[in-house]
Amino acid sequence: MTEILQLIIIGMVVGSIIGLGAMGLTLTFGVLKFANFAHADLMTLGMYLAFFVFVDLGVVGPHVGPFSFGWGLIPAALFACVGVAAVSVAADRFVFRPLRGRGSDFLNIAVASLGIAIALQAVIQAIWGSAPLRYHSEIHKAWTFAGGLKIKPDQILIIGLTLAMAVGLYLLLHRTRLGTAMRATSDNAALAEASGIETERVRVATWVIAAAMTAVAGVLFALQSQLRFDAGFEFLLLPMFAAVILGGIGNPWGALVGGLIVGISQELSTEWINTGFKPAVPFVLLIVILIVRPRGIFGSETQWST
Amino acid sequence: MSPLLEVEDVTAGYGSVMIVHEVSIRLEAGELVTIIGPNGAGKSTLLKAIFGLLPVSGGAVRLSGDTVTDEAPSRMVRLGASFVPQTDNVFPSLTIRENLEMGAYQRARGVAERVDEVLALFPELSERTGEQAARLSGGQRQALAIARALMLDPKVLLLDEPTAALSPVRRQEIFGRLMAIREGGVALLMVEQNAREALAISDRAYVLVDGRNAHEQPGPEMLANPEVGRLFLGLDSIEDGDGRDTAGA
Repeated sequence: MTEILQLIIIGMVVGSIIGLGAMGLTLTFGVLKFANFAHADLMTLGMYLAFFVFVDLGVVGPHVGPFSFGWGLIPAALFACVGVAAVSVAADRFVFRPLRGRGSDFLNIAVASLGIAIALQAVIQAIWGSAPLRYHSEIHKAWTFAGGLKIKPDQILIIGLTLAMAVGLYLLLHRTRLGTAMRATSDNAALAEASGIETERVRVATWVIAAAMTAVAGVLFALQSQLRFDAGFEFLLLPMFAAVILGGIGNPWGALVGGLIVGISQELSTEWINTGFKPAVPFVLLIVILIVRPRGIFGSETQWST
Repeated sequence: MSPLLEVEDVTAGYGSVMIVHEVSIRLEAGELVTIIGPNGAGKSTLLKAIFGLLPVSGGAVRLSGDTVTDEAPSRMVRLGASFVPQTDNVFPSLTIRENLEMGAYQRARGVAERVDEVLALFPELSERTGEQAARLSGGQRQALAIARALMLDPKVLLLDEPTAALSPVRRQEIFGRLMAIREGGVALLMVEQNAREALAISDRAYVLVDGRNAHEQPGPEMLANPEVGRLFLGLDSIEDGDGRDTAGA
């Protein structure tokens, strides 16, 4: 039983990272209406940009409480947010917006995003190489709780920060004028424009917010695991898409719950099947949900409803 | 003195296909003007071109004497024009209050007060402000769409078939609201398929046929003119054809 509970805890950590990334993905899908296949590589870019500040520039700083990293990871993560936002906005300005202007369909824009994903991966590999990297090489001790359950302080931070960002996103979408405009643009961009909402500005804001969540998710992934130039395709893309579809496309809360389901399912599966088959779990979940409930668990006629 | 809204020889359409050809229309302050015509006459296309939702290939649109041809809709809103599309004219996942707030997106302050003012005109919405627009009936959605368009206190309100698919009772309610809005000083330009009821309340009306100006007359006079229905709309009279055959592109 302890082993199962331990796997669930690890699954929650992994699921939080997937869910945080998936919230950014579903946000761009909701407002911009296309599947951004570059999203996972933007997440990879985020982890490497933080590495650039934290390790390459050596902005480490003293340890933060019980966590494994120094204060320097905070400005490093902020730099990653700014960098990923800049790349996202540039991709929209020079690739996606011209395609939208030409009336390109969903598929054309999605394929263009795949091209950006491949380019990003190549640039990351060219700069930082193919070998896996880490933010630090120190041993990070876990806290032991009743029943022998173990969890590292970093992992508590991952779950807590993800929940905090999810609440922040909810408040932004439902308690601010910009958030309401984002939901309005998602509902009906033409009507939003006709209502006087400057929809291109709303789209830029969406990219920036999604990029910040994506970059933080990338940093948390590297903290939990390691930096790999191919992490996007190898570990992140499919689980995030599975989480988005599980939760209901365009629904940020659904994406978080979907991420947790994917993460916990992946980890729990190792109790019964070989660890090597773990990446197949999101595939199975995706197929099941598409057959049983194509709109996802929280999918409704109108998105943003939960 | 120039009209509040002046459409001069406007040609517009979709891509290379022109639907509207050299159409001219004027709207004075406080007027209610209706455009009728058979299916495919270009009535809705004309409204969209005026509001900047479709490119204008020729001619000019002027608002308060200033040329606003091909201005973006968000700019048109800033200049005092609002538009109510025929369909998909509310944000379904937003609440009624949020829909109204989005209508006032360009308003820096006083939004809550303006919401209350507009809701006073639409009492059926005022008790349900926290409900999602997706749950509203067709008539209520239309009321919300008009209310949203009034949020910035526009000088000109463009309406694309505001009573389409509504029951006679709901149609009368909407027409009553439009008259009240006109009395409040807002000029209205509407495309309408329910010709008899629309002409009865219109100061003037235009008939568009094949994307061109075909006739202009004060509304009640056009209603009483048997030639208009027979010559332009393919009906024995407008009264006979009420609600039947003046909708279209």
